Amino acid sequence: MVKTKDNKEKSRKIKKSGEDYLVDIIAYAFVTILAVTIILPFLQVITISVSPSSVVNAYGFHLYPKQFDFSGYKRIVSDKLFWHSYLITILRTVIGTSLAVFCTAVMAYPLSIQKLPYRSGIMKFIVFTMYFSGGLIPTYLLIRGIGLYNNFLVYIIPSIISAYNLIIIRNYYMSVPRSLEESAEIDGATGMQVLIKIMIPLSKPVLATVALWVAVGHWNSWQDNMIYVTNKKLFVSQYVLQMILKSGQTQDMEMTTDVVVHTETMKMAALVLTMIPIVCVYPFVQKYFVKGIMMGSLKG
Amino acid sequence: MKRKSGSNQDAVVLPKKKEGFIFNITRYKDYYLMLLPGLIFFLIFRYGPLYGLTIAFQDYYPLKGISGSEFVGLKHFRALFTNPFFKRVFRNTVIISIYKFLVNFPAPIFLALTINEIRNLRYKKVMQSISYLPHFLSWVVVSGIMMEFLSPSRGVINVILKNLGHEPIFFIADARYFRGMLVLTSLWKSIGWGSIIYLSSIAGVDPELYEAAAIDGAGRLRRIWHVTLPSVIPLLTIMLILQSGKILNDSFQQVYNFLTVPTMEVGDVISTFVYRTGIQEMNSSFSTAVNLFKNIISFVMVIATNAIAKRINEYSLW
Repeated sequence: MVKTKDNKEKSRKIKKSGEDYLVDIIAYAFVTILAVTIILPFLQVITISVSPSSVVNAYGFHLYPKQFDFSGYKRIVSDKLFWHSYLITILRTVIGTSLAVFCTAVMAYPLSIQKLPYRSGIMKFIVFTMYFSGGLIPTYLLIRGIGLYNNFLVYIIPSIISAYNLIIIRNYYMSVPRSLEESAEIDGATGMQVLIKIMIPLSKPVLATVALWVAVGHWNSWQDNMIYVTNKKLFVSQYVLQMILKSGQTQDMEMTTDVVVHTETMKMAALVLTMIPIVCVYPFVQKYFVKGIMMGSLKG
Repeated sequence: MKRKSGSNQDAVVLPKKKEGFIFNITRYKDYYLMLLPGLIFFLIFRYGPLYGLTIAFQDYYPLKGISGSEFVGLKHFRALFTNPFFKRVFRNTVIISIYKFLVNFPAPIFLALTINEIRNLRYKKVMQSISYLPHFLSWVVVSGIMMEFLSPSRGVINVILKNLGHEPIFFIADARYFRGMLVLTSLWKSIGWGSIIYLSSIAGVDPELYEAAAIDGAGRLRRIWHVTLPSVIPLLTIMLILQSGKILNDSFQQVYNFLTVPTMEVGDVISTFVYRTGIQEMNSSFSTAVNLFKNIISFVMVIATNAIAKRINEYSLW
């Protein structure tokens, strides 16, 4: 009797651990395969960017460099347009991000005050813009009409306040306890003083998150360049990278063999240089982005 | 809670209507001054273009301007329905959206479920970090990476195919593979990031529920099925509904970077069409009409799906 009971228990345990193994295997396998799929293309890009042409042209996997040759980087480094565009991108990221965060933080504050008359009407006025826009050509005509065409400010001003970020910051303000603020008001502080001395220091986490979002957006932006800027001195790096990548394609089609080789390594070198700031900063700031998503899911 | 309802009551009982608009503005002029620049910004840059929509009903000539161009009514909208290219881009947009929806909607949920089952915390964290990374790269960079990775001569997949005795496939420029390539590259870029929101909702599950299920004899699969999955169902429903409202919102940045002449037939979508006709071919009025047509349908669908989502669950975007 006792033996069979034991057996039963054993078999149940084995069954359970079998299921355990199954879940573990599926989970680890899926996640690992996904991670490998994400990393492999990066390995190939980096390998091509540092390989000599003979290796690039050779058949086979290119997942780790067998020979090093930095001529691709050398050619990109000597390309004035690329470096200039890099500088423009850094400029627009720094200026654009600081102005955007400041303006959004200021505008969000009054909207977080529940007693403010017409607040919900103003919110509707803003939220509407998230769902309906004039579209490409009317915006283009507006930008031309107010003199932002071929102007550095076209990178900064039209995107300075986004309705989404505004709502995120406003929601955060609303979650801050009001008592501090009220006592400051009783002491005669103006709205701006309360904002700068109390609300902004208390809202650092959300402001940091929004700043990172905006900064990544600026770094990655190229569409505004393509549509509104024809002056090469104002090109941003993503747009120049796009031109470099596309020029390689046409040369591929024309079969100009010698140039292709160089262009391929050059293309990948330019690509690596364009993405490297993000890849380097990313591990340190990742948690802020994740926090931001949670904030975004707060109710408006 | 108590205070909030109190202040609401105040608003009902003591409407300041007697003092009126001017009184309200001067009383809170501090705050309105802080709002003013932002409101002007929204008025110019978000509402300004709405005035420009009038060119969809005109034969717009840049020299004559919006006020001077001839009014032609619905001419461009009629042209749109007989335009063979419009039919093509509309069909492509919907098909690509549906494909993306079928693959990219469930994938992050599955990823969140599997990540949640990984017990080794360090491994879990590293894997999550890797999976979020592509989200932060631009489509220019991602398209460059993918053109290299999927290249017929060097790409890993094609080298494997060749070793297995297959012909290499030019994934990027072959019309047969183009839509699938769009779906998979956007999956590559967004699966990790998309899983965060589901992970956070899974993290909210009371651990006691798992313990109770385990005591009742539920194995891991049944715990996933009966505890983890139900915890994401409300969120999943909302995401499903909201996503279905975005079926006409194609990804210009992605498609533009991948689109080439051989794949035009299957890959050209509304936004790339609007860009080509409007900016490159300078056919401003027609392009605006196409864009407006799409925006109106899109707006109605998003508002409708939002309202449904709100009714089903208190959770909503508004």
